[in-house]
Amino acid sequence: MPIWLNDDEFRTLSAASSRLIPADETAGAVEAGVPDYIDGMLGAFLVDPPRIWAGGPSSGRFGGSAGFSRFHQLTALDELAWRMRIEGSLGLPDREFNGPVIGWQQVYRDGLAALGSDFCELDGDDQDARLRATGEFTAVLYEHCCEGMYGAPEYGGNRDTVAWRAINFLGDVQPRGFSDAEVSEP
Amino acid sequence: MTVDAVIVGSGPGGATAADVLTRAGWTVTIIEKGRNHLLDPDNPSRLAQDYSNDEIKFMHRHFLGPDPLIEPRTFRLSEDDGERAYVGAVNSIPSTVGGGGTHADGKVPRLRPEDFRLHSTYGPVEDAAVADWPVDYDELEPYYAEVERLIGVAGTAGANPFAAWRSGPYPMPSGTPMYGAVLSSAAAEARGLHPYAAPTAANSIPYDGRPACNNCGHCAYFGCPIHAKGDPVAMLQHALSTGRAELLSETFVSRVRTNGREATGVDVIGPDGVERTLGARHVVIAGGAIETPRLLLLSGLEHPLIGRYLMMHFQTINVGIMPQRLHAHRGRSVTHVHDDCMLVDDDARAAARAAGLPWIRGGLVEHGGGGHPVMEAQFYPWGPHHKKLMADSPLRDRLWAFIMQGEDLPQTTNRVDLDPTVRDARGFAVARITFRPHRHELVASAHHGPRHIRVLEDMGATWTTTTTSPLVPGAATESPFGDDGGGSYRGPVSAIPASRHVMGTTRMGTDPTTSVVDAYGRMHELPNVVIADSSVFVTSAGYGPTLTLVALAARAAAALAG
Repeated sequence: MPIWLNDDEFRTLSAASSRLIPADETAGAVEAGVPDYIDGMLGAFLVDPPRIWAGGPSSGRFGGSAGFSRFHQLTALDELAWRMRIEGSLGLPDREFNGPVIGWQQVYRDGLAALGSDFCELDGDDQDARLRATGEFTAVLYEHCCEGMYGAPEYGGNRDTVAWRAINFLGDVQPRGFSDAEVSEP
Repeated sequence: MTVDAVIVGSGPGGATAADVLTRAGWTVTIIEKGRNHLLDPDNPSRLAQDYSNDEIKFMHRHFLGPDPLIEPRTFRLSEDDGERAYVGAVNSIPSTVGGGGTHADGKVPRLRPEDFRLHSTYGPVEDAAVADWPVDYDELEPYYAEVERLIGVAGTAGANPFAAWRSGPYPMPSGTPMYGAVLSSAAAEARGLHPYAAPTAANSIPYDGRPACNNCGHCAYFGCPIHAKGDPVAMLQHALSTGRAELLSETFVSRVRTNGREATGVDVIGPDGVERTLGARHVVIAGGAIETPRLLLLSGLEHPLIGRYLMMHFQTINVGIMPQRLHAHRGRSVTHVHDDCMLVDDDARAAARAAGLPWIRGGLVEHGGGGHPVMEAQFYPWGPHHKKLMADSPLRDRLWAFIMQGEDLPQTTNRVDLDPTVRDARGFAVARITFRPHRHELVASAHHGPRHIRVLEDMGATWTTTTTSPLVPGAATESPFGDDGGGSYRGPVSAIPASRHVMGTTRMGTDPTTSVVDAYGRMHELPNVVIADSSVFVTSAGYGPTLTLVALAARAAAALAG
């Protein structure tokens, strides 16, 4: 269940994501949870602390504490920055010191609408044509798809590190690190 | 309360000044506009647990600041662009306790004697303000040795045949070489180059109460989760543990207050948004070569050279894709470098002459591998080939690069001033950067690039290319994916130098008409204001500026304390 997008938008987002990073033998964007990453980012301020920065120093995947799942508290300026980025300036004077800012929520709402209410029913080639026609939005979507796919799972994508395993990447390795031999030898 | 010194900025320069001054018995207040993710100021042996191997947080979400929405900068190539051509992130060195030391991968070379004497060694260059420094290597050497011990530097004396003399060994032996660097060092040597283990501020053994680096591979752009990196944590710990230093984070200095003859303190805005004045007998400014001149200009100081001669290394990036996997995600981002391109040899002289220049100098060449997977993924096109490319990983696991940090000559037109209209979230004018490389940098880049392509081919590269940062108009770069891969000149954004090595802007010298500060960083017009960062550099050499700015800060602070 999406936390910020509505169900129709989430379906379109999922269909679009699966064209950008399709599944093959291993998970594509949808199987890895990328739409949840994006929806969680758009709704970052619906949870406390906002899901902007995962904590440290380790995730627990290679020992140590599960610090990534404790998200950082934001300062007033951090919150201003991330509300501007996600929600936009919304005409609020304290967010418009350099003029209006269009937030990601608006970008997604408009971009998903531009893909069309029939997007999910199109065949793949037609979906790709729509994605190319909305190039500016698709560029933002692809940037976020890559983050959700290959970022830490605590942000909502890369479920069970499926995307890291597919590329033989261990991800965060503290406190394990790598031995001298692992660094210096083939 | 009036402290002996207010120190603006908690990065390597400010932290070092704090350490030296508190050791001399001074009381200091260190002011940092960013957040504190480094240590507990009340119990500085307790280090924070906020850093992590998290690409999202460090590389895509501005965790170390500055956030370009809150603290933007503006950029233009020249006045022909109008008031500005771009608003956003321009050369963002972290805005956080520890400053640029926190995200750097900690290569900390010394300069060599001739780097301080370019004018007398090689002579002037047209349209550049080449000059000698008012301090030379021999004078600075004891401070280099001291700050290598403070930061904790691993290295191998004698490994670099072109290195300057040194009074003692490195505090720690060199760390583990990366596999790719083992290959690239052998190939470079076979071509007559002289690679060596880079002097690195990452612990190769437990040092000063902090552990040895465990090669996690998240070094450049990341804070160190186990505090094995020589970000200025040690100097901040030393200063705070004297009980004579206070650290105010999330506090912005908006103005240096003066009575016309000397500084009397600073105006600050704290995390509560309230403005107040802190009295101080001395003001040490270490905001970096962009924020330092911005503060001086916000304070109404009027020396015509404030902000001038901004320098940023001109990067020549020679990339090869190898048949085998190099796993550069293990280790310290860069473990080997060579100095050969710093030499003004017969070939370099001939290339200079052919271009109508008296001489050219390149810079330190880093042997480095690919980055992290989110960034890699964004380079590949979307669609059915995406996952195959990620699995095959030409741009991460099979990539090797020689990156030259080319000497950038000082030009009066390259500068920092105050943007006429763009503001930060607190309402203050932001720094505007006006910058374009000198012809010298382009000629040096074109001269030194090709031989690195030959080394990459010797290593077995199946595909190679050369690009630069900044890109220059007319430049186009090949991509292995058919399209231009983002590597072609696309206006001002690609003209913004990627190098985080910023220098110049309050040049030091003995003559108040041609310099802003003296040989000890004291402002000619306000002698109780000391600049303790790379703003004071006269020329840029081709080496990362950190160790030199720290040595200068230690020397300036020692002089200040008498």
